Amino acid sequence: MSLLVLAEHDNKSIRKATLNAVAAAQKIGGEIHVLVAGHQCSDAAKTAAQVAGVAKVLHSDAPQLGEELAENIAALLVSISKNYSHVLAPGTTTGKNILPRAAALADCQQISDIVAVEAPDTFVRPIYAGNALATVKSSDPIKFITVRTTAFDAVAATGGSALVEQVAAPADTGLSRFVGREVAKSERPELTSARAIVSGGRGMGSGDNFKILEPLADSLKAAMGASRAAVDAGFVPNDWQVGQTGKIVAPDLYVAVGISGAIQHLAGMKDSRVIVAINKDEEAPIFQVADYGIVGDLFQIVPQLVEELKK
Amino acid sequence: MKILVAVKRVVDFNVKVRVKADGTGVETANVKMSMNPFDEIALEEAVRMKEAGTATEIVAVSCGIAACQETLRTALAIGADRAILVQTDVELQPLAVAKLLKGLVQKESPKLVILGKQAIDDDSNQTGQMLAALLGWSQATFASKVKMSSDAAEVTREVDGGLETIGIKLPAVVTTDLRLNEPRYVTLPNIMKAKKKQLETLTPDALGVDVKPRLSTLKVVEPAKRKAGIKVPDAKALVDKLRNEAKVI
Repeated sequence: MSLLVLAEHDNKSIRKATLNAVAAAQKIGGEIHVLVAGHQCSDAAKTAAQVAGVAKVLHSDAPQLGEELAENIAALLVSISKNYSHVLAPGTTTGKNILPRAAALADCQQISDIVAVEAPDTFVRPIYAGNALATVKSSDPIKFITVRTTAFDAVAATGGSALVEQVAAPADTGLSRFVGREVAKSERPELTSARAIVSGGRGMGSGDNFKILEPLADSLKAAMGASRAAVDAGFVPNDWQVGQTGKIVAPDLYVAVGISGAIQHLAGMKDSRVIVAINKDEEAPIFQVADYGIVGDLFQIVPQLVEELKK
Repeated sequence: MKILVAVKRVVDFNVKVRVKADGTGVETANVKMSMNPFDEIALEEAVRMKEAGTATEIVAVSCGIAACQETLRTALAIGADRAILVQTDVELQPLAVAKLLKGLVQKESPKLVILGKQAIDDDSNQTGQMLAALLGWSQATFASKVKMSSDAAEVTREVDGGLETIGIKLPAVVTTDLRLNEPRYVTLPNIMKAKKKQLETLTPDALGVDVKPRLSTLKVVEPAKRKAGIKVPDAKALVDKLRNEAKVI
């Protein structure tokens, strides 16, 4: 049995989410191959070859594979998927965009966002914003799977020495083209891989007020996040959103400031190791999941917290 | 330009779902059902395109049990011109829905299909991508901005870390993210008008689609509950707990 993992990369190196997907593949068991598809991405293929537990790297390099366009990458994936029992991708926006397209081309029903492996054909996945966990068994010949990255501890990025094999890319479908990207530049760690996260909610009152969270995030070396309510109110950009409809995170420390704790937000952060809540409403549902809570005015408590952390 | 919008009937987003005691699923009896919020955004976008003169006709479609007619009536009240229900009691999974939608696309020949990026019940996030695959069309998922021209569209997508813009050829499938628009409220006069609009019913057989589920659900359980912790009086006490008890800083 061999398994294929679709790597996520920036041409130079592979992204950490790939290591979580390889970990899920290891739980299923079998020989693990990693597909690095892109344009001028041989460095990324080399780093993929060092990942612990990877037996082979398939490197497909062509202009039409650049910029992760779903049509071209799905065509490549499906052309090689018949050699595999399982095809996995990290459950990121890239994986979620590409993998269902490949699964449909192979006439297979994808299994989305798995959080556990029960058997090679049986997986656990959250439904209803994580308010229920379904165990599902697939009858398809190839299991197409996206992996909830926070549910599988990343394998080591080094220690392996896989063979790198070149794979020809299918012709350009010509269906879509890349126009541009606006990536939020930040010195802070990325939300989904940060060890600590400071998030603000509607209680922040305005986008400007998010500035008071910055020193706190600095002292905790934390990424900054937000609830959907804060995003909907226009306080901060959508890529800060933690929740069912945003990012799923599980840092060691999650600090929820002015967040009431709607179901849809809890779905995105309740697997964090330690949760801290600061809210003026002592009845706020966030306190039901928080390890430590402070009831009070966030505009007083947050600066005090920054001072205490300096001591 | 004709636009097809797919809408799904789901448990209302405000309902706290309960897992059934026998572990076969979640309780849906006597629970408020609504249109999937992302599909509402899809429909709103289509209606705005019609108001802007880009679209000429909006066909709302749904797949599932007879009660999905209510969801389609809501779609008609929001501004769809007519509706089609593919009616079946079989549990429909994304691949099956994509196949049914493909059948409807072949029947209706729209130039654009808009769907929500995911349904808030099974959280699969697959149907739009699968439909695009089966049709051999271009896809633009997680859209936060759509700019139409006659044979192409430019779509800004919500991706991890920011925004990405792609150009797609029409016909195409677009799936919606939250910030694309804010759906309007349905008004009473429009609800009345919707009752007179055409709602056609088909079966999967009529479209020649095998909808048999590929995944069987073995059990559904509640996730482990997180224990509520303690309240601390102030910042000093919190830092002390984080340093010496939780040891996370």
